[in-house]
Amino acid sequence: MTTALDDERRIRRIAFSQKLSHWDVKISPYLYVSPFFILFAITGLFPLLYTAFVSVHEWHLIGGQGDFVGLDNFAFVLQQPQFWIALRNTFSIFLFSMVPQVAFALLIAAVLNENLRAKTFWRMGVLLPYIVAPVAVTLIFSNMFGDQYGLVNNMLGQLGIPPVQWHSQELPSHLAIATMVNFRWTGYTALILLAGMQAIPRDLYEAASIDGASKPRQFFSITIPQLRPTLIFVIVTSTIGGLQIFDEPRLYDQYGQGGANSQWMTITIYLYNLGWGQLNFGRASAVAWLLFLIIVLIGLLNLAITRRIAASSDITAAARTTKPAQPRRQKVTV
Amino acid sequence: MRTSRRTIAAVVAGAAAITLVATGCASSGDGAAADPNEKITLTLATFNDFGYSDEMLAQYTETHPNITIVHNKAATSNDARDNFFTKLGAGSGLADVEAIEVDWLAEIMQYSDKLTDLSSPEVDGRWVEWKTASATDPDGRLVGYGTDIGPEAVCYRADLLKAAGLPSEPAEVAALLDGDWDNYYSVGQQYVDATGNPWFDSAGATYQGVINQVENAYEENDGTVIATENPEVEEAFTSVLEASSTLSAHLGQWSDDWSAGLANGSFATMLCPGWMLGVISGNAPEIADWNIANVFPGGGGNWGGSYLTVPAQGKHPKEAQEFAAWLTAPEQQLQAFTAAGTFPSQVATYSDPALLESTDEFFNNAPVGQIFSDRSEAITVTPFKSVKYFPINDALQKSLTRVDVDKSQSISDSWAQFVADVKALG
Repeated sequence: MTTALDDERRIRRIAFSQKLSHWDVKISPYLYVSPFFILFAITGLFPLLYTAFVSVHEWHLIGGQGDFVGLDNFAFVLQQPQFWIALRNTFSIFLFSMVPQVAFALLIAAVLNENLRAKTFWRMGVLLPYIVAPVAVTLIFSNMFGDQYGLVNNMLGQLGIPPVQWHSQELPSHLAIATMVNFRWTGYTALILLAGMQAIPRDLYEAASIDGASKPRQFFSITIPQLRPTLIFVIVTSTIGGLQIFDEPRLYDQYGQGGANSQWMTITIYLYNLGWGQLNFGRASAVAWLLFLIIVLIGLLNLAITRRIAASSDITAAARTTKPAQPRRQKVTV
Repeated sequence: MRTSRRTIAAVVAGAAAITLVATGCASSGDGAAADPNEKITLTLATFNDFGYSDEMLAQYTETHPNITIVHNKAATSNDARDNFFTKLGAGSGLADVEAIEVDWLAEIMQYSDKLTDLSSPEVDGRWVEWKTASATDPDGRLVGYGTDIGPEAVCYRADLLKAAGLPSEPAEVAALLDGDWDNYYSVGQQYVDATGNPWFDSAGATYQGVINQVENAYEENDGTVIATENPEVEEAFTSVLEASSTLSAHLGQWSDDWSAGLANGSFATMLCPGWMLGVISGNAPEIADWNIANVFPGGGGNWGGSYLTVPAQGKHPKEAQEFAAWLTAPEQQLQAFTAAGTFPSQVATYSDPALLESTDEFFNNAPVGQIFSDRSEAITVTPFKSVKYFPINDALQKSLTRVDVDKSQSISDSWAQFVADVKALG
């Protein structure tokens, strides 16, 4: 009897451990990757879907959920001139901050990539503005860009240039906000580009010098083409960041609503005004989803361009290897 | 059993990740206070400067040793409003005692059930009648204790008036400006003609003075929005802007330029509710020539003023109510008035020599207590402010800014955009 029972137990135990190892194979890979997905579901997917749910309802900040209204909120927002002004401002500020930022960052990275004394000091120095809180940056800059008694206009006055209406006109306000963005992010971008530059094989430069290429020629013909993947990364991330710009325009004046004539009201500010000014969460959620769609659209556009560039850089790489000059160069460098 | 241990470890790791997230959101709640001597912390949230100094709050903790007070200040009333509504909607996060401003009181009255009923025989008749009336909901629940009111006078720079050949003694200035708004503008024109410098700070602030003398500016008593059809509003809008074209310093109120203007004499006069005194002396501490005239164009006017509320979501409503009642008691409000110029809304203070004899050193020892008592008696109109008041007034202020400060639109274009903006509030 007892032996029979022991046997049974043993069998069962084996079966159980087998089952465990079976589960292990099946389940544990998913468990290992699950923290990311759980966190993503809570902090990414759920807000996304819930915002979509809110956007098709009448929804008051305090009163909460109202009637289902379908796409009315979207239709309302799309008919508002304010929305289109916000879109225009967002893209304008984005371009003003993006183009000079990448250009300057490239320049700074190129300089840092040279054999400088106290390399680490310079590299950390470039990153300093990034450490400063954006709110502090904005408060200081918006004071400097005061229309009547600002530091910038005072200096322009010394040079005999008439004061610029940094707050009341569209373009100057976009430029001023872009300046804050650039101040904060140029160093960060430069460091990423520097990392990309250091991954470029040195022998390319050596070969180019031997061929008699000047420094600028090397920069444009070797550094920039080789940096393409890094540049694309920088452009994609700063596009997403640029379209969501909020701190700087919010703190640019005392009211934080993007100006009396919506001169520098970005999409996120418009969203904020709808949600927290007018307490209308339905419409604010509709704007949030429209912004999301715009970013997806631009993301896809980026992807398409990236693919094309990646393909063309493959071609140049292939062309380079087939160049007859290649073996000769190697011989010389060795 | 190596494998199973690994499985368990994975499960634990996953679970830990979830609990981490979950506990991140959970609030640290403690039970209801049954014991009167239990140590509790009361949070108090105000904005601008209510004049509640740390020393004053310490007086309360001395008599209530079990209570610790944490005082949070927001920079502007707009910030405080955003914060208030967000957290009122979320159902948590508000301070035990929250300060609110009269301009957005009406919006809050819609949700008066989310605030504690503060009515008690102890505080009956403490405030001027209209102050209490607007914080009482249709069910008779009093949801806010009045702090200050904003009776308006005119602040001016004596040195600048003198330089322009105008009278500069407070009594003379009061006589000079006694009259309607046109008189205020025409005296301003004399000043501008003599000096070439602006007369007042901004169209926005001046309009605020004009519109606070209109009983039903934006809404009928039943809540119907009439802002865009009301001839009084359009008239106020147009007349202020027409005057501003020559008289205004074109400074957006509360902007950095405006603060600088208070100190560098870019304008000679400004409308001055009691709480503005602290703003002026804070921004222009080294200017000795600011003074106050006991006069206001078009009669009397009230600008702003606040309440203390006790949100129902708080954990210690009873203690919070007691604390709010203490803060708004006449004695404490008098201290606040001395500190920040916030003129009391408490009736008992009006006959108190401590108020009537108070002077302000910064304003050349102007008898501020007497001046603002007189100014508060001159108020004849209580503007009706309902749920749309704040957003409509906000849109109108932006329209004024477009013409006066930005100079990006004509008066009629800006009015047209205001009409469109009000429609979009829908």
